[in-house]
Amino acid sequence: MGAPRPAIGERGALMSNTAPKLETPLDTFSIHKEGGPPFRLRDMPPHRIVLVLIGLALVASAAIFMRWDWLPSYGGLILQGLWRTIWILVVTVVLGFLLAVPLGLAQAAGPAIFAIPARWFCTVIRGTPLLLQLWLLYYGLGSLFPQYPWIRGSELWPYLRQAWPYAVLALTLSYAGYEGEVMRGAFAGVPKGQLEAARAFGMRRFTILRRIWLPQAIHRALPTLAGEAVLQLKSTPLVATITVVDLYSVASRVRQDTFITYEPLLLLAAGYLIITGIIVFLFRKLERLIPSRLG
Amino acid sequence: MTDASLVPQAVLDLLALLSPSPPGWGGNLLRGLLHSLQIAFGSFAMGLMIGTLGAYAKLYGGPIARDLAAIYTTVVRAVPELVLILLLYYAGTDLINRVLESAGYARVDINGLVAGIVVLGFVQGAYATEVLRGAIKAIPQGEIEAARAYGMGPMLMMRRITLPAMLPYALPGLANLWLISTKDTALLAVVGFSELTLETRQAAGATKAYFLFFMAAGALYLLVTLFSNAIIGRIEKWARRGLPSAKGAR
Repeated sequence: MGAPRPAIGERGALMSNTAPKLETPLDTFSIHKEGGPPFRLRDMPPHRIVLVLIGLALVASAAIFMRWDWLPSYGGLILQGLWRTIWILVVTVVLGFLLAVPLGLAQAAGPAIFAIPARWFCTVIRGTPLLLQLWLLYYGLGSLFPQYPWIRGSELWPYLRQAWPYAVLALTLSYAGYEGEVMRGAFAGVPKGQLEAARAFGMRRFTILRRIWLPQAIHRALPTLAGEAVLQLKSTPLVATITVVDLYSVASRVRQDTFITYEPLLLLAAGYLIITGIIVFLFRKLERLIPSRLG
Repeated sequence: MTDASLVPQAVLDLLALLSPSPPGWGGNLLRGLLHSLQIAFGSFAMGLMIGTLGAYAKLYGGPIARDLAAIYTTVVRAVPELVLILLLYYAGTDLINRVLESAGYARVDINGLVAGIVVLGFVQGAYATEVLRGAIKAIPQGEIEAARAYGMGPMLMMRRITLPAMLPYALPGLANLWLISTKDTALLAVVGFSELTLETRQAAGATKAYFLFFMAAGALYLLVTLFSNAIIGRIEKWARRGLPSAKGAR
């Protein structure tokens, strides 16, 4: 090999150097996943262009022939509902995940006193419908609280009389239940050697968790987390049944006020489609931030 | 007499509300559970049929069938079940009645049970498509090539090779789907179909014992789940017979 070996940083020099094929393995050591090729209209097969055109025609005919005159007068309410939906989604996903980490850890490595209740919690949450859990908390607990004077006199009472704390609680517990199971698998899936190496370095147990175990477990669970976040978004309309004003309940209100059946529902479906797209996009970005060559 | 002294009378009165005979509401709950299970079975079966079609369309279909299947699974899995149920429930019954009216027939009142099965089955079909597609792809492709080499037609090959061979790979996903379908029946409470959750709410509203009834319904759902898990474990063992065990490999 007569060609001088280029330094790793000199990508341009490597590309222009055509002769030595042996140098190419350098490229496989890229740490970050690369994005796909750029999108070009020319690459689209003809049948897909036709399908896209049909889709556009459907949307256009819906926009022209259906009734949308109610839209301006409900614009503010729709934005408010959208904000409430996203707020509930983000808060419950974050809180639920924080609760899922100890749940998963207890099941994967904890002593039986923690592991068995954690497993039962996950089984009960995953074994009953969310609508029932929500109604149990809101109607059930909500009807028990006023019987106790000390609760009525406490600082928390103004919050306990509203609906949203129950919605947040139910959705958080539900997310934690499903996610606890996922995190159990993720914690158990981290190779033993990693933890042994960390211990050999003299790390304390909490440091091992913070630096080695948790990051690798999260990395393993990330694709599932994205799916669960979409499922959580799809659970949020249930809170409308306990009088929380989210995107869905705005649509039902429009339907009740104007007697228009389909248009609000179609707009609602489109709205959820867009939010799902955003969630998937964000998680894909997050996944790309993490180096993919983990052992 | 010992019973009365051990358990306070108030608790006994409360539990009497759950008795299956008329003063209690237990009979209503059990009837709701029966409706829920009927819908769950029906929608799961319909989802399996749609899922098989969808999986074949995605794997072996032409470009248009493939794209249509992709649109179906993407849209149905991205839109909340509650919204889909409302859309399909109202739009579906409305559409059928309009078609009947334009053809000169009288309007029909569509059975809530059938509507619920169809709507939930449509939703289940999207998930089943993905599960079955993955399972078919997990079959060692040599088996399918061998079946083709023997000159089997597509239907015979599906019946004898593809479906039985994919079963062990599909079962975990399908088990999950079955559990989802039992729980999704609760969503029909929102459109006013009297399944377990709505019956529970009515009973609770009439007696004001909200906590008791929702706990009882939760226990019923949990029983269904645990019972299903036990059955699924046996089916899985049966379907995996003869396959190399995953336990030894770890």
